[in-house]
This record gives sequence, C-alpha cells and structure tokens, in this order.
Amino acid sequence: MSISHFSAVLLFSLFTSVVFGITQRSQPRMMIRFGAFCFVMFVTGTIAASWLMWLIKH
Amino acid sequence: MATKVDYPLAPGDKGLTTVFTPRVSPTLTLLAGWLIPGAGHLLLGKWIRGLLLLAAIVGMFSVGIALQGKIYTPNTGEPLDMLGFAGDLGAGMLYLLARLAGWGQAPVLIAVADYGTKFIVVAGLLNIVAAVDAHSLANGRKAS
Repeated sequence: MSISHFSAVLLFSLFTSVVFGITQRSQPRMMIRFGAFCFVMFVTGTIAASWLMWLIKH
Repeated sequence: MATKVDYPLAPGDKGLTTVFTPRVSPTLTLLAGWLIPGAGHLLLGKWIRGLLLLAAIVGMFSVGIALQGKIYTPNTGEPLDMLGFAGDLGAGMLYLLARLAGWGQAPVLIAVADYGTKFIVVAGLLNIVAAVDAHSLANGRKAS
C-alpha cells in the first residue's frame, strides 16, 4: 500500500479524533463536536507546520 | 464493588453522596478493552462507542501494517525501541496477532513506512486510552 503524505495525515487525524471524541467527552453531542475540533486542529496544525518548515528551508 | 461518588453542588456545600454499584467489574472492562479494542465499552452496553473505537483502532493498526510499518520487539536494548514496544503492546491482541503472523517490516526504508510505524504505535496508545475510559465508565468515575 502506498498513500500520499496528505492522505496519511487525513487518516491519522480521523482515527485519532474518533477515539479522542469518545473518550474525552461524556455527551454524544459534545463527543461529535470535540472529535470534529480535534480533526480540524490535527489537519490545520500539520499544514501550518509544513508551511513553517518550507519557509525555514527557503 | 461499590464506589462512593461525591457531587459537590457549590463551594462550601457538603455535596450529595451516592453509592455507585458497577454492573461489570471495572478490572474486567479494562482487560477486555486492552485485549480487544472497544470490548470494554461493548461489555458496558455502549455498542456505538465500542464499535467506533474498534473500527478506529483496528483501522489505524491495519493502515500501519499496510504501510509496511515496523512491529517493535522487546529486549533490543535501545531506549526508543523499548518505548515503541510499550506503545505497540497497548494494542493487545492485535500486537500478539501481528507478532504471530510475522506482519510488519523490520527495516524502515521509505518515508511512508515510518508513518506506518507511527500508526501502529499510536493505535496501541489510543487503545490504552479507550480501555481506561471503559474502566472509568465501569467504576463510575465518568458519568456516561
């Protein structure tokens, strides 16, 4: 199996966010909200870190 | 085993004390959740959560294997390998299955294989988080 780096980020964020959402909140509605928040933070954080590394290199 | 749970209502208030009696042994849920991802929640009747945890953790582990990630072994003498082994071991039966079946690659040669190694370790760590959550639900530390 070979996937792109971005696909790996999306998969990692999805699986991790599901577990964080379920385990870190008590109410189903809050679980979904926290899971979505974690997913967005993982993806945007990775993209931001990637651009930061690109800027440091250039 | 009954656990006393205090619910303080306001500063200075003595609080309401109830006795929580678990339906399933917290230790059993912890062990089941560690061995099989999501099993602790399934034992407690939390079907949707259990199945979602199972899908997420098995999915994470499977992607790691498919990306040719490394399965750590004990007693290599390297501190980072020992940490990796501790993380892998968190996956419970998945780790034992991977060792028995000979899954995973020893040398990591490409970048995505290194991602695979991380996926496998994080799957183990997430499984520990899920098992501890099931334990907290069983002993009443987590409300629902």
